[in-house]
Amino acid sequence: MPTPSRHRSLGLFAAAIAVQVLLLAVQIRRGQQVRLIRVWAIESVSPLGRGAAWSVDGVRGLWNSYVALRHLREDDDKLRSEVSALRLRNAELESRAAEADRLGGLLGFRDAHTEVQMLAARVIGATPDPSSSHMVLISRGSRDGVRRDMGVITPEGVVGKVFAVYPDTSQVLLLTDKESGVGALLGGSRAQGPVRGSGEPQLALEYISNDTKVEAGERILTSGQDHIFPKDLPVGTVTQVQPDRHSPFLKISVKPAARLDGLEEVLVLLTRQEFAFRKDADKTDKKDADKLAPLPVASATQPKTAAPVPPPKPAAPAGPPKPTPVALPRPANPPAQPKPAVPETPAVPEKPDAPGTPDAQGAPDNQ
Amino acid sequence: MEIRVPYDQYIEVHKYYAGTVFGVVLMALILEALLPVYFRSAAILELPLLVTIYFGLSRRNPSSGLLLGMAVGLAQDSLGHTPFGMYGIAKTVVGFVASSFGSRIDVEHPISRFLLTLVFFHLHNFVLVVTNRALLGQHEPYLETKLVIASVVNSVVAVFFYALLDKFRKSS
Repeated sequence: MPTPSRHRSLGLFAAAIAVQVLLLAVQIRRGQQVRLIRVWAIESVSPLGRGAAWSVDGVRGLWNSYVALRHLREDDDKLRSEVSALRLRNAELESRAAEADRLGGLLGFRDAHTEVQMLAARVIGATPDPSSSHMVLISRGSRDGVRRDMGVITPEGVVGKVFAVYPDTSQVLLLTDKESGVGALLGGSRAQGPVRGSGEPQLALEYISNDTKVEAGERILTSGQDHIFPKDLPVGTVTQVQPDRHSPFLKISVKPAARLDGLEEVLVLLTRQEFAFRKDADKTDKKDADKLAPLPVASATQPKTAAPVPPPKPAAPAGPPKPTPVALPRPANPPAQPKPAVPETPAVPEKPDAPGTPDAQGAPDNQ
Repeated sequence: MEIRVPYDQYIEVHKYYAGTVFGVVLMALILEALLPVYFRSAAILELPLLVTIYFGLSRRNPSSGLLLGMAVGLAQDSLGHTPFGMYGIAKTVVGFVASSFGSRIDVEHPISRFLLTLVFFHLHNFVLVVTNRALLGQHEPYLETKLVIASVVNSVVAVFFYALLDKFRKSS
């Protein structure tokens, strides 16, 4: 006969203990008045939940860190090439936007001066050796109506003049070239003198006597005496004034009004008709208005449609006949002048005490 | 009744008259509640525990011993302020262990009864403390002077109490 099973009594013992422990757990409240049995239930289930979450996170991490990265290199290469293409496209669009702004400025300037015939042109080339000459090539030529010695400007100011003309292109001699010059006058005192280029970024205003009051920041405008540019177009700004001990004239440095080192679009003046220099078509920019020279009363009252011949000055020597407002004449034989010409020849006047304004001359044809 | 165990060792299992166990348990519970009212020093006695130990040692059946202990303990919990199962767990353990001991050794000698009672008293207290700490979060001491004195007193009382209860055995 088998003895009473020890396992059965142990099982009964365990069951009795378990029942009474559960009984206690139902009665006892811990901490936040939560029954102990609820605490046990939650604590017995939460490890399973934590374990499951840990497992899922582990699998997910393994997947994301290794399995899903198989195509990472290909995606990376594809994205890099896409970024490069987008950068190029962005740069192109920015360039186009800047060009649109510039062209908009040109268009506005042209619309503001509808009385003047202008031809917009794009700068398509420059001098390979800036130390020898300052010239640019523009996209307009004789077929577009461009002629030699036509003035070239931007909305900021004077750029230079047409030096050579070809069927579809033209060369423009910039103000900063050593051979370049323009008849100018001081915006304040209206003293006249030529502005010459020196091959440097700065220009020089010559033949202004020492007793003329000139201040830094004073504006320099075209005088119209060179018969290339209309009067009162911005040439530049005085940057430095120094008396010359060996000469009765001041040494005046001028900063060009136009950005000659960053030309992209220019306007060719097809006529020498004088006009009031304004930047915008609708309204004058207040900032730019400060930069513009104060318009002389005479030119402000001049009718826009007519292009009268400027009255001859008594001191001016006899020169070639005045050109018509429509087109620039090209004198056949440049007359001999007692005084040196401004645009072409760099010769110093013989009599330093007779500054006067040098006359414009028809330059010889470009070879 | 004799139970044949291995090695041909005979251990006697005692039987009692009908209602003896129930009546003794009931009396123990009542006296446990009433005596301290009149005799303050009687509070040191643990009559339900002594009853559990006695019947566990006498019956020598772990199943009945643990069930008796559980019943006595739950009854004591119901009459007191402790949660149900506090004394029940402790006396279940004591009843199970006492029955297991009773089937292996001679528990008739007074000295063995004294010593066994002393051991089971401390075992009972140990289970109570563990249960208090684990479930109620109360940190009670495992051993203290008052407890030692109580265990000695109860062991002495048990010697005489067990001799009295022996009168209720059925003669085999």
